[in-house]
Formats: sequence, structure tokens, C-alpha cells
Amino acid sequence: MKNNDGADLEEGEKPHIVELISVSKAYQRGSQIIPVLEDITFSIADGEFLALMGPSGSGKSTLLNLIAGIDSVDKGSILVKGLDISSLSESGLASWRSANVGLIFQFYNLIPVLTAFENIELPLLLTDLSGKRRKEQVETVLSLVNLSDRMDHYPSQLSGGQQQRVAIARAMVTDPAILVADEPTGDLDRASAVEILSFMDRLVKEFGKTVIMVTHDPKAAENAHRIIRLEKGVLLNPSQQKV
Amino acid sequence: MFYLKLSLRNAFRHPLRAVLTITGVAVAILAFGLLRTLVGLWYLGVETSSSTRLITRSSISLVFTLPVSYRERIRHIPGVTEVSTMNWFGGIYVSEKNFFPNFAVEPKTFLALYPEFIIEDAEKKSFLKDRRGAVAGYKLAAKHGWKIGDRIILKGTIFPGEWDFVLRGIYRGAQRSTDESQFFFHWDYLNESLRRTVPRRADQVGLYVIGVDSPEKAPEVAQAIDATFRNSLAETMSETEKAFQLSFVAMTEAIMIAIKIVSYVVIVIIMVVAANTMAMTARERIAEYATMKALGFKWSHVAITVFGESLFIALLGGAIGVLLTFPTANLLEKELSQFFPVFRISPVTIYFQIAAATLVGVVSSVFPVYRASTINISEGLRRIG
Amino acid sequence: MPVPVYYSFRNLAVRRLTTALTASGMALVVFVFAATLMLAEGLQKTLVETGSPDNVVVIRKGSQSEVQSGVERLQASIVESLPDIVMGEEGRPLLAKELVVLINLPKRGSKKPANVVIRGVGGASYTLRSQVKLAEGRMPRPGSSEIIAGRSIAERFEGGGIGEHLRFAMRDWTVVGIFDAGSTGFSSEIWGDVDQLMQSFRRPVYSSVIFRMRDATAFDSMKNRLESDPRMTVEAKLETRYYLDQSEAMAKFLRILGLSLTIIFSLGAVIGAMITMYAAVANRVVEIGTLRALGFNRASILQAFILEALFLGLIGGVAGLVPAAFLQFVTISTMNWQSFAELAFSFSLSPGIIVKSLLFSLVMGISGGLLPSFRAARMDIVGALRSS
Repeated sequence: MKNNDGADLEEGEKPHIVELISVSKAYQRGSQIIPVLEDITFSIADGEFLALMGPSGSGKSTLLNLIAGIDSVDKGSILVKGLDISSLSESGLASWRSANVGLIFQFYNLIPVLTAFENIELPLLLTDLSGKRRKEQVETVLSLVNLSDRMDHYPSQLSGGQQQRVAIARAMVTDPAILVADEPTGDLDRASAVEILSFMDRLVKEFGKTVIMVTHDPKAAENAHRIIRLEKGVLLNPSQQKV
Repeated sequence: MFYLKLSLRNAFRHPLRAVLTITGVAVAILAFGLLRTLVGLWYLGVETSSSTRLITRSSISLVFTLPVSYRERIRHIPGVTEVSTMNWFGGIYVSEKNFFPNFAVEPKTFLALYPEFIIEDAEKKSFLKDRRGAVAGYKLAAKHGWKIGDRIILKGTIFPGEWDFVLRGIYRGAQRSTDESQFFFHWDYLNESLRRTVPRRADQVGLYVIGVDSPEKAPEVAQAIDATFRNSLAETMSETEKAFQLSFVAMTEAIMIAIKIVSYVVIVIIMVVAANTMAMTARERIAEYATMKALGFKWSHVAITVFGESLFIALLGGAIGVLLTFPTANLLEKELSQFFPVFRISPVTIYFQIAAATLVGVVSSVFPVYRASTINISEGLRRIG
Repeated sequence: MPVPVYYSFRNLAVRRLTTALTASGMALVVFVFAATLMLAEGLQKTLVETGSPDNVVVIRKGSQSEVQSGVERLQASIVESLPDIVMGEEGRPLLAKELVVLINLPKRGSKKPANVVIRGVGGASYTLRSQVKLAEGRMPRPGSSEIIAGRSIAERFEGGGIGEHLRFAMRDWTVVGIFDAGSTGFSSEIWGDVDQLMQSFRRPVYSSVIFRMRDATAFDSMKNRLESDPRMTVEAKLETRYYLDQSEAMAKFLRILGLSLTIIFSLGAVIGAMITMYAAVANRVVEIGTLRALGFNRASILQAFILEALFLGLIGGVAGLVPAAFLQFVTISTMNWQSFAELAFSFSLSPGIIVKSLLFSLVMGISGGLLPSFRAARMDIVGALRSS
């Protein structure tokens, strides 16, 4: 097996599914340019559970957005499965995202007027699948998160934990390459948070998914393979390993 | 003062929404004012009637004429000061689009009975002397560029043929509401021609216009006239000029009622729009209202700020609407002078416009005020964003 | 594949009060729009149906209606001798010489006076006007002071019902029958024997001559011949044309007035829709960001909101058309400016008006929703997600 640079992989090293090379991003506020990320370079292995941590304003959410293809870099490039997403157009990114990225948000971000089933089905509507095939996929991921009996409920009829499980199902339904989660337990009580984290753990251990999670919560980071810390837009310890 | 400041600032928190709502109210108030004026115009003839003038016509209908010989007999009835005659001529100038009222009249007595048509003495004299002379209103003459001495040809509809006149006078109205679009000429000119061509139609008049010496005598004189001609070959029907004009209006009343209803509908529409705006705004601010109540403000305080905001927007829109009414009316008077010789906004209309704007402001705040004042504090605080 | 249709629809359903209020504003505008068109349509329908395609009306040249016209006996006889006329019963030309005058009658209830058409007719008149049928009572006896009244007159005017009396031209006339003329203008007329009426009103001339052509396509050549005859001062019109012209001024006025009113009102309704849609967008910023993040592109967001605006318009359109449809049971009576006579007509709803009204409401919806939809589509994903 070779990694994305074409070099041979070392023993036990998994191929890199995400590579960031000299990524920089700044925001413009009026006439001021405020740098958010400065020259970030690191890689994420296939099947890795990565936690991004850092104080408020450190740029971790921005980094997550760049990897997910929701935002674009000012300088540098990002490769996901060998594809340079920083070169994609806006509509190209949109198509890419729908097939390759699963998104999980702090406030679940479910569409209030759609049922659990319909929320999960949303990403599939961007594919060519028939109605029957879509139904099958949705039902599969619903049983995965143990919410098959609530598929016709609206978000307002579900608890926080249940809503986040629906969100996870939505993130999984297209069988994406990477799963991106921004403070997924931030709005949950302890019990629900534990439940959600164990689901995410399963996604990595049972389904071999790559999960990149931004979190404040050290307990949430406990399950991660690796923790990357950011401060003022700069990586602190890029190759800190944790198994 | 705090509440005033709060209301004003709140009103413009969503500048786009405020501007849209104010525009909507302005447009509605403008339309309301114009429609009311339109309806008022319809009754213009009634308003400008004189209480010392009577109209006598054939009792069958306006379509039938009366003998000109009645004139002397009417003049001798007690209370009558002057008698004149009018025949609706219905002539067309160049094309049907240039419609204006034109009459054959007994000139000297007619001008005496209508002092609101003001003509210079010299012009009056030359009109009375020239049998083919005609007098036109100032607005009418201005529209077609007529000057004294011009030859004017009318195509007859009721009295066929081409009729030649010379413009001898231009009259101005004594008041702004006097109709300056009329045209009249000598009845003798018409009659002479009829005697030659269709003698059986000669010596007939359409209406008698009668002056009475005091308004109280009017009903009495009217009855006396009708009594004189009862059981004759051409019975008469006499009424005050106001009643006569009203009967015309009554015939097209249905349309006027419809327009009046429609003018109120426009206010309802904008009330609905404004109510919707305020309801949405209230829903978005529930957390704030809850906060105010938590801080110790009473429900009435919250209610006042909401009410003030709604009223402010409505009145601002109403003021703009009222201001826009004047230039629009002037424009209509100029462009559509054929249909609306006088398009004047009356003070009553303005009051109605202001009242309508206030009503919109009040009604649209009802639901939000109710909502804002009855929320449970803790529930309201939980609803962030 | 775009955002599902039920997304747009359900967002309207979930904000019931706002949707109802905004749609009501549009419904009112559509109601006024439809009502105006229906009124003009009803007016023209009444007057057009009043004419038959093969009938010709001859009146004095230059007079715009029968009321102003006068046709001398000699000229009427010359018309009668035209070869173009169809032969009726007894081998006589199917032609009627009629007298049309207006009398002032008080309405039932309000007692307000209105001008009513009295038509002196001949025997052929009934044949020429197949729309007119005797509904109650009997026909007037020749030589008597008997008349028949159109249904609208019988219902609305004092003295117009069967057995009642009207007094005019120094005589008392008895109503012995009521005739039905459908929705045509004849329902607003009173008919009597032409000779009796001419005598009473002391009118020595007719108002008009009506006849039926053998071959209506030959109308133009007949018209030329007749009007260029030096003995004649008449003009001929196809009856349908004659009545169409009678309604022109009023129909035009109604349409112009109605349309300008509607345009002004629609401004108000569109503003209402705009405010609603802007608020909808503002309240769903996070949702829009999420949809974009999931991979829906800007065009699909635009389409979803435009669809929502269109649905709003559609609801308003239907809500306005339903009461407008009920207007069909209402009859208006007013004076026709051209004929100067009382005319009763009703609102008439045609498929064309339904289509126009719905299109109009959809246009209102789109006008209000266009700018807000663009705002939704132009949002930047990160900014939108961050606003929670």
C-alpha cells in the first residue's frame, strides 16, 4: 500500500485520507484582515478518530469547516482521498460534500418541518437513487441509531439526545468518507453525551469511519485516537499520538 | 419619554421591514384618499348646486321636450325671479374622445342665473350680439387651444349636421369647484335651423332653469309650476337643482357604492399586512418582553412600547400617503381632465386618511400587545433566538 | 435533485397565522381583480347577447342610440322595401318599426327614480327577438292601454308587476304580462304596442327599424346601398355590433378603474408577501446553512423559497376566487351612460377570468418572494451556520 505521496507506507501506518498542506485562512472585517489559521500542515489517517481542541477563538471550528469543504482556504491546499478540494468550484464542492462528508452539529441542525425519516433522507435526494433504494438506506441507518420507531416524529417531538442520533444517521446515510462533528455533545446532558460518544466510537471501531471532532470537553476527547491542539491559529503539537 | 425612544428605536430595528411596512401604509392611504375624492367628484354637481335655482323638465323623462311657450307662464308665477332654457346638444368636437357638455341656452337669462360663470363684460356683450356666438369654460378652451374669435365646429348627434360657432367668450369659475369644461350657445341659432329643416322639432326646450327669490320659497314655487301644467299636453316635473343633480347620481349609485366599498377594502388589506408585520415582530421578541417583565416592568409598560411602535409606523406611512396625495391629484387633474375636470382633495378626506392610518396602527397592535403582555416570564426567557 | 416540494409547503403550514394573514391580503386583491373583470364581462355579455347575429338595426345617422334617433315613416318604408330582408309569416318581410323612449320610474323600496326603456313594438318584434319569451300573463291586446314588462323591471320598479299600473303620457297603462329575456338588456325594458305609444307620446317618427337579413354575409354591401341612398339619413349596424358599442364606454371605464385599483392594491399585498418571506428567510438562516452544507446548491435554495412564495400566492388566489364566484348571484343595476337607460346585469365568471386571477396571484407571490429568495440563496454557509 502506498500513501498519497506515492511513498510506501510503513508497517501499521494507515493511508492518509485527509492532508492539509500549508493552509492559511484570514477573515476581513471592514478594512482589517484578521488571521485565523497560519500555515497549518498535518495529515489524518483513514479510520482515525481525531479530536481538535483549543480555547475559544483558536480557529478550530474554521479548520473543521475547511476540511468539510464548507469554507475555502486562502493559501495552501487540502486533499481528501487524494482530491484537492481547495481547487473545486462552489457547486463542485457542494456535490463533493453530499457524497463524501457527514456533518454533525452542536445544535443538531435538523430541519424542523421534516420528520426524522425525511431529515435523514435529505442527503440521498442529491443522488440518483430511486425512492425505494433511498427508503432502504434510511431504514438501515435508523436501526443503527435505534430510532426506527420514531421515524415519523418531528424534531420538536424528540429529546436532545434523540435529535443528535437522527443527525448521526443523516451523516451516515450516504456512507461518506469522513465524518465531521462540531461540539456534538455541547448541548446534551451527561447521560445523552455519553450515549452519543459511544455511537461515534462504534462508527470508528465497527464501520472504520474517519471522525474529526471539535470539542471543549476533555471527557469527549477520551475516546479519540489523537488530540490536536490549536492556539491562535497555530498547531501546538502536530504529531502527538495517543492510542 | 423613555417609551417613545424605545418605540422609535424598535421600529427601525429591521430597517427593511420598517421601510416596507411604511411604504405599504403610504400606498394604501394614498389610494384611499384618491378613491374618496373620486366618489366626491361624482357628487360635485350636487355640491355646486344653488339653493335658489329650480329645474323643470318633462314629467315623463329627460328625453322628452317642453314647449318654449311655457316660459312666459312660468315667469308670472309668484316667487320666480328669472327663467332660462337649456337644450342638451350633445355635439362632438373632432372625435368622441373629446367629450364635453354642450348646451343651447337662452343666453341673457342663462348668464344671469349662473353668476358662478364669470365672463368679462366686453366678451359677454359680443356673445349676446352674435347669434352664432359661443362661450366656453377656461379649462376647455385651454385644452384645445381655443382663442376668442376662433371658429368651432360641432358635429351634431341629436341634431344632425355640422354646426358652426364663433368663440365669443371664455368664462372662469367663481370657485375652484366650478366646472370650467362647459360650452354653450344661442338657442335661437338652433331653433332657426330646426324651423327650416325639421319644423316639428322646433320651439322645444329640454329644461327650464328657474331662479327663485329665496330658498325657502323653492318647494312652493316648484309645486306651483307643476300645477300650472298638469293635465296639459306636456306635464312638468320641477325640483331644486340639488334634487335634479342627485337623481343623476342616484342612477349610477351602484358603481359609486362599489368604489366606496373598495376604498375601505384597501384599508383592510393594509391592516392585514401591518398586523402580520407586528405579529411576526412580536413573536421574535418574546425573550425581550420576558426580560423586561423579569426586570420588573408591568405588562402595561410592555404593551405601551409595542403599541407605540405600531402606531409610529402607521402614522409615518399615513403622513407620507397624505403628502403624496396632493401631487398625485394634480397629476390626475391634468392628465385626465376629460373625465375629471376638477380633482380636488377636500379637508374631510385628509381627516379620513389620518383616521384610517391611526386605525391601522391600533388594530395591528392588538394581537402583539396581547401576546407581549400575557407571556409567562420563565417560558419567554427560555425562547432565545 | 432540488429541495423537496413538501419542504416549501410545510413551512407555510407551520406558520399558520402569518400565512393566513399574508394570503388574506392577496385574496382581497384577487377578489377585487376578479370582481372587476367579472363585472365588465357581465356587462358585455348582457349587451352582446341582446343582439342576434342576423339582425340589423337602422337608426338615424349620427345618433348613437335608439333613444336619440328618429326615423321618419317614409324612410322606414324605404327600408322595408329592401330585397335583403328575410320573408316572414304571411309573406311579409321580417321587419319591425320600433319606438324607444325613456320614462322616469321610481324603484321599489327606495323610491329613487331611474330611466327605463319603453319600447313600442310591432308583431315582428317578437319573432326577431327570439330571446324574449312570455313567462307570465298574456300579450297586450291590440289597441288597448296594456303593456308587458321585462322581469328585471317587474321586480325592481313600482307598478311593474302583473296587474299593476303605470302612469305616463297622460294615460294609465296596465301590466298584463311579464317576459323573460335571460340575461339580455331586454329584461330591463317595458314593451307595448308601437302605434298606441306613438300616439300617447305624440311622436310622429319611429326610433329604429329592425330586420333580419337573408344572408348576413351580404351586410356590408346592403349597408353601402342603404346609406348612400340620397333619400336616406340613416345608418345600419348589425344588431350584435350595435349593442356591443352601447357597452363600450362603460366596460372600458370599469376595466380601467378596476385594473388601476387592483394594481395599487397589489402593491400592498406584494409588500405584505415580501415582509413575510424576508422574515421566513431570517428565521431559517441556520436551516439554510445546513441545507447548503449538506450539499444543496444555491439554485435549489432559491427554488425552494420561490416555491414557498408561489404557494402563498396560490392560496391567496384560491381564497379570493371562492367569494368572487359567489358574486355571480348578485345583480347590479345602473344607468348605462351611452343609452342613458337603466340596465341590470350580473357578474359573470369565465374560465378565462379564473386563469387570469390565479396567474395574477402567482405573480404577486413571486414579486414578493423574489428578493427574499435571492437573499436566502446568496448566503454564505459559514456565516449562516454561525448565526445560531
